[in-house]
Amino acid sequence: MSGPSTYQPQNAVLKWFEARLPIIGLVHSSFVAYPTPKNLNYWWTFGGILSMMLAVQIITGIVLVMHYTPHVDMAFNSVEHIMRDVNYGWLLRYLHSNGASMFFIAVYIHMFRGLYYGSYKEPREVLWILGVIIYLLMMATGFLGYTLPWGQMSFWGATVITNFFSAIPGVGETLVTWLWGGFAVGNPTLQRFFSLHYLLPFVIAGVVVLHVWALHVVGQNNPTGVEPKSSQDSVAFTPYATVKDGFMMVCFLLFFAWFVFYVPNYLGHADNYIPANPGVTPAHIVPEWYYLPFYAILRSIPSKLGGVIAMFGSIVLLAFLPWLDTSRVKSATYRPLYKQFFWVFVLVCLGLGWLGSKPAEGGYVIAARVLTAYYFIHFLIILPLLGLIETPKPLPNSISEAVLKKTKVAAAMLLAAGIGAMTLLASGTQASAAEGAPQPPRNKWSFAGAFGKFDQAQLQRGFKVYKEVCQTCHGLNLVSFRNLADPGGPGFSAAQAAAIAAEYKVQDGPNDAGDMFERDGRPSDRFPPPSTWKNEQQARALYNGTVPPDMSVLAKARGFERGFPWFLIDALPGFAYQEHGVDYVVALLKGYKDKAPSGVTIAAGGNYNEYFPGHSIAMPPPLTDGRVEYTDGTPNTLDQQAKDVAAFMMWTAEPHMMQRKRIGFQVMIFLLIFAGLMYFTKKKVWRDVHAH
Amino acid sequence: MTSISSAEPTRRDFLYIATGAVGAVGAAAVAWPLINQMNPDASTIAAGAPIEVDLAPITQGQVIKVFWRSKPIFIGHRSKKEIDEARNVNVSSLKDPQTDQARVKAGHDQWLVLIGICTHLGCIPLAHQGQYDGFFCPCHGSVYDTSGRIRQGPAPTNLPVPPYEFLSDTKIRIG
Repeated sequence: MSGPSTYQPQNAVLKWFEARLPIIGLVHSSFVAYPTPKNLNYWWTFGGILSMMLAVQIITGIVLVMHYTPHVDMAFNSVEHIMRDVNYGWLLRYLHSNGASMFFIAVYIHMFRGLYYGSYKEPREVLWILGVIIYLLMMATGFLGYTLPWGQMSFWGATVITNFFSAIPGVGETLVTWLWGGFAVGNPTLQRFFSLHYLLPFVIAGVVVLHVWALHVVGQNNPTGVEPKSSQDSVAFTPYATVKDGFMMVCFLLFFAWFVFYVPNYLGHADNYIPANPGVTPAHIVPEWYYLPFYAILRSIPSKLGGVIAMFGSIVLLAFLPWLDTSRVKSATYRPLYKQFFWVFVLVCLGLGWLGSKPAEGGYVIAARVLTAYYFIHFLIILPLLGLIETPKPLPNSISEAVLKKTKVAAAMLLAAGIGAMTLLASGTQASAAEGAPQPPRNKWSFAGAFGKFDQAQLQRGFKVYKEVCQTCHGLNLVSFRNLADPGGPGFSAAQAAAIAAEYKVQDGPNDAGDMFERDGRPSDRFPPPSTWKNEQQARALYNGTVPPDMSVLAKARGFERGFPWFLIDALPGFAYQEHGVDYVVALLKGYKDKAPSGVTIAAGGNYNEYFPGHSIAMPPPLTDGRVEYTDGTPNTLDQQAKDVAAFMMWTAEPHMMQRKRIGFQVMIFLLIFAGLMYFTKKKVWRDVHAH
Repeated sequence: MTSISSAEPTRRDFLYIATGAVGAVGAAAVAWPLINQMNPDASTIAAGAPIEVDLAPITQGQVIKVFWRSKPIFIGHRSKKEIDEARNVNVSSLKDPQTDQARVKAGHDQWLVLIGICTHLGCIPLAHQGQYDGFFCPCHGSVYDTSGRIRQGPAPTNLPVPPYEFLSDTKIRIG
């Protein structure tokens, strides 16, 4: 905590305080006067960005907890309550879920910066190890948080990850039972995961304090790897590093805001919009994208215990990096051989990530094994050897000398890394591939794109289709009648919504005699359950062993994979494609054929559908041309009815989409202006340093 | 960094001021949703919609309690004696002067509709108790009369009357 603090308070009150708790002097010496190498490039701004993201996650998390219920029967619905009813709840939820991904993007850039410039070498070994500890805590926190919405992926991810510990010989099973608090993942598990998810970020904050302390004792590394030799080599942290960090934070917020407002479910998984079902495992369980490389390593070792050891080992190995890399030269700028191996390593990590999203079959398994082997070889063989055999380029005498001859990282490398990174990000997003089913065709939707809008007439027609066809068997239990009059929706008036509510019968009671009774619906009521079945067992008896799913979030709970490079392009401004769910629904509704094609047998009670995974669906074709009469003159073809009900389902799944896109536009414009101002401010502040 | 001290703000100062101002606006814009999320959410507000109460089963002398917006509402069917006692009062001598007529609907004087929360510190008073046979709050001893007006004790104001209207002689809508 040394620092060239020149802080002497003038004010008498501050002098009194400073003599008792010199906190202002501490902040001054650590973040104002603190000498920072003057040649740091933008890769050094990610420490500040990470601090900002930790604050964002903690603040949004604390606020979300005010509305979340950590009980298996209520967790999923409480998250939907946040999305629908809490003021700006949808924004807080998307900030937190996308914020977690942003946090990991920043930490990976931060770590790869360390690998490239040798920031883990003497005297920064403890700094690096503290970083590895923070990374492990982040992974634990992310896993615990992902279980909380209690969707299908939450539940099954929890089951898989906790089952890791059963690999430990002897105590494994006992350990897993202890973690679960029961015989399987259940309510005790969810509640303790909630407690720990709230706890760990504050543990992370504590370790971050140690991390920054350790940094300030030894000082920052810099792109040359040559330590500052004189005051010529450094500038004061404020305003130089502060304004540069600030500028990059705003740029990062722009990137963050794009995801939150325009593609908020891109990095997530459609299956997590299906409430957890302990009786059905999803076809392809994948963790969130930031765990994919380690998931690939785990699956590539044929032994259960071996896989778990390899996976944890691949992270713990990082802590030994300062001793594995034998080179005295820090920065890859002056290590031509290491530089090449570094980029190969980056590609291997991205490759492992992509493979983690693929099913563990055939060629994917072989590729994963090769890359896993290379991962360990990089750390255990290549790095130790390189230091001994490599001839580094001559180092500059000082930072000041190096600044006079700058080099730039090849743009092509960055672009390739960028595409690779996006591949990794997008890998986790792939909804389970429909076995053998073709890709649903893409439809034009009025609400698609950054400036898309719901077509109110279409939503009203879709609602009519739901009422007259789907409602018999499918519930809509997250939607309230009053939502029909909400802005951004079908545009019914409050009186019309009340009249629609009164058409329904809702159970209430008990009355004074102790009996349950039925009354007319009110605007504040939710849509009642379908009258044809009272519980899941009855549904299974009636519908060939299946339960008709509730339709409230079905449009977000369905999707399909798009191949390379389309799934990257789907995230980009101008090309954003978020309508996988509704395109699937339309294709399904139109995909029935009277006869299954030759070679395909459909079990009794099933109907052949071209787009349904497995091709045999219990629901008979619900729509035909002319099934529902339209009052606004639109032709009621099967295609039109399918599109209308799908659009209605998109609204029930994302009722605040219009507000989200509108606020998103304002935020993007604001951030662009702010980024521009920060850029010019940064240039102004740095002008005399750049001019030297 | 050399410092330029001049009387007029320079272009550099303008840039810094602009950036700072835009940053402050951003901070306020971020703070608002974080603060507003604690306000009642849409489902809570919807649950606070007006309710209808059927008065027919309430016998004379009976006081029932219903909930509206999570608050207890007293609905009392007053006898002639209770109405007369409420009106035979020197209004200016009351702690919170109000006539009984101002606290009921004309033509429906026998119906007393009050928010049943003591205006002292929030306990629920008990009906048909206290020396005025009105309401008595057991927490700190406030005594209300048959119009729900404070007569004795630490409560500062009368039991409030919620917004309500008669839909028919035997049905009211509260809210």
